[in-house]
Amino acid sequence: MGDADIRRWIVIGLVCLAAAIVLPFLVPAYYAQFAAKVYIMGMLAMALNLVVGHGGLVSLCHGAFFGLAGYALALATPRYDHAAIWWTLPLAVAAAGAVALVIGALALRTRGIYFIMVTLAFGEMLFFLFFDTQFAGGSDGIFINTKPEVAMFGRALVDLDKPLGFYFVVLGVLVAVIALLTVLIRSPFGHALAAARDNERRTRALGFPVFCIRLTAFVISGALAGLAGYFAAAQFGFVVPQMLGWHVSATVLVMVLIGGLRSITGPLVGAMVLLGLEEVLKATTEYWKLIEGIIIIVLVIVLPGGLRQLLPHIGGRMPEARPARKAPRAADAGHA
Amino acid sequence: MRERSSDIALAARGLSKQFGGLRAVADVSLDVRIGEIHAVIGPNGAGKSTLINLLSGDLVVSAGDISLDGAALTHLPPHHRARAGVGRSYQKTTIFADFTAHENVRLAAQAHAARPLRMIGSVHADAGVNRRTADALMLAGLHERAAVVARQLSHGEQRQLEIAMVLATAPRVILLDEPLAGMGQGEARCIVDLIKSLKAGRAVLIVEHDMDAVFELADRLTVMADGAVIASGAPDEVRMQPAVRSAYLGDDGAPA
Repeated sequence: MGDADIRRWIVIGLVCLAAAIVLPFLVPAYYAQFAAKVYIMGMLAMALNLVVGHGGLVSLCHGAFFGLAGYALALATPRYDHAAIWWTLPLAVAAAGAVALVIGALALRTRGIYFIMVTLAFGEMLFFLFFDTQFAGGSDGIFINTKPEVAMFGRALVDLDKPLGFYFVVLGVLVAVIALLTVLIRSPFGHALAAARDNERRTRALGFPVFCIRLTAFVISGALAGLAGYFAAAQFGFVVPQMLGWHVSATVLVMVLIGGLRSITGPLVGAMVLLGLEEVLKATTEYWKLIEGIIIIVLVIVLPGGLRQLLPHIGGRMPEARPARKAPRAADAGHA
Repeated sequence: MRERSSDIALAARGLSKQFGGLRAVADVSLDVRIGEIHAVIGPNGAGKSTLINLLSGDLVVSAGDISLDGAALTHLPPHHRARAGVGRSYQKTTIFADFTAHENVRLAAQAHAARPLRMIGSVHADAGVNRRTADALMLAGLHERAAVVARQLSHGEQRQLEIAMVLATAPRVILLDEPLAGMGQGEARCIVDLIKSLKAGRAVLIVEHDMDAVFELADRLTVMADGAVIASGAPDEVRMQPAVRSAYLGDDGAPA
C-alpha cells in the first residue's frame, strides 16, 4: 500500500467516524440503537476475521466466546444494582480468552475441514452446557436488569442506560478494536500469521513457531469476540444459550464473507449490510429470510472478494489482485 | 584423508525412517562440512528427499541421531532447527505466491530477527532484517525483481527466490532438494553458479538429478539406493565403484 493509499484510507476513516459521531443527533433513538448493534456485531465479525481471513482458520465457535462473555456479565451483575465496568469487562474478556486458549490449543492440532468441525463441536458443547444445566438460567437465559456502570470515584462518567451514552461507549470501543487489529495485522506478527496461512510448511521451515502464532491469534480473536459479547448482553438486557450457538457463529462468518476476507474493516461493512438488509426486508415481507438468502448468494457469487471489490469503483483505488480463498489450504502432508 | 572434525557442521548417525512396512531410509550416516558441497544422488525412491526431510525436521526419525556443531537436533521441531541454523529449500517450489519477492525474503529474515513476532511497529522497522533481505536478494541475483509478486516470476526466478529465502535466514547448513528441477539450460547455469557461491562459510547438502551439475558442484558424493548408502567419498572415486555403476550411473550411461 502506497502513501497515497494510506492517506486516502485515513480520509475515508475520518469521514466515517465523523458521520458516526453526528448520526445519533440526526436520527431517532431507535436507529442509534440499531447502529450500536451493528458496531457490536461488526466488532465480532472483525475479531473472527483475524483468524479466518488473516489466519486462514475457519472457526465455527466464535459465537461461544461471544455468548460466554455475555454470560460473564449476566452472572456478575447484582440483581438490583449496577455492575462496575472496570472489573466485569476485563473479567468477561479474560473468560472468553481463556476458553479460546483451551479450545485453540486442542483444535489447532487439526487442519482445514477438521478444524471447522472441531471448533463447531466445542461451540455446541458450550451451548449445551448453558442450555441443559440450571446454574445460569438454563434454556431461559438470564435477564440483566441494570446496565454496567462507568464510574470513577463514585461518580458516573457515562450513563450506559441512556442510548446516547451507550452508543458513544460502543463507538469508542469499536475504534479501539479497529486500531488494535490494524496494528496487529501490519506488525511482524501479522505478517507471520498471513505467511502461515499461505504456506504453513514453508513458514515453519523458515523458523516461525506456527502453532504458537496461530494460538495467539486465536486467543486474541476469542477475547475480542468476548468484548463484543459483553456489550451485546448489556444492550439486549438478557442472555440466552442461543448466543453461544453455531447460528451466531455462522451468521458472523457470512458477515466476514460479504465484507471481504483480506481487509480489517470489511467485516464491519458486512455486518452493516447484513443487519441493514434484515431490517429492511423484515419490514417489507413475511418471507424475508428467503429473500435475504438469495441476495447473499448473489452477492457472494458476484463479489467473491467481498464488498471491498467495489472500492476501486468508488474510491478510484487500484484493486489488489488477490483472489479470495474461502477455506484454508490443507497442509502439504506428503513427503517426497 | 581425515579432516578435522571441527569442520563438520551437520552430522547424521544411523538415521532410519520407517513408513509402515517400508524402510525409506536405512541406517544412513553422513557429515556435511563447512566450505563443502555434499551431493546425495540415487535412483528415484532411494530415499534422498526423505533424508532431507529428516535432517530439516519435516519428518521425525524412526532411529538415529542428528547434530549441528555437536549439539543434538534429533528431537527438535523444524522451526527450532531453522532458528539453530539449518535452512532448506523444497523440491517443488514452495514460496508465498501472493507476496512480492522482497516480502518473501523479508519474512525469511524476520524469522531470524531478535524478536520475530513483535506485535506493534512496522515490518520495515528492523534495520537488521532490512539489510539481510537486501543482501540475500542481491546474492541470489533478484534485487531488480524484488517488487514483483512471486507468482509472476519465471520458474527459474522462483528457484532463485527459494535460495534467497534460505540465505536470508543466515543458515550455517543449507539443504537443497533438487534446486534444478524443471529448469532450462540457461536458467540452470545461473543457479549452479549461485549454489557454488553458497559454500563459502557454510555447509551445503544437495540432492539433485542433473549429473553434470552434481559433478561440477560436489566436493563429496554420497550414493543411495533403496534407502541405504552404497558409496560415499570424493566424486571421482565414487564414480568408479562398480556397485554405484550398476545401481545408478550405469542406467543412464557413464556421466561426463
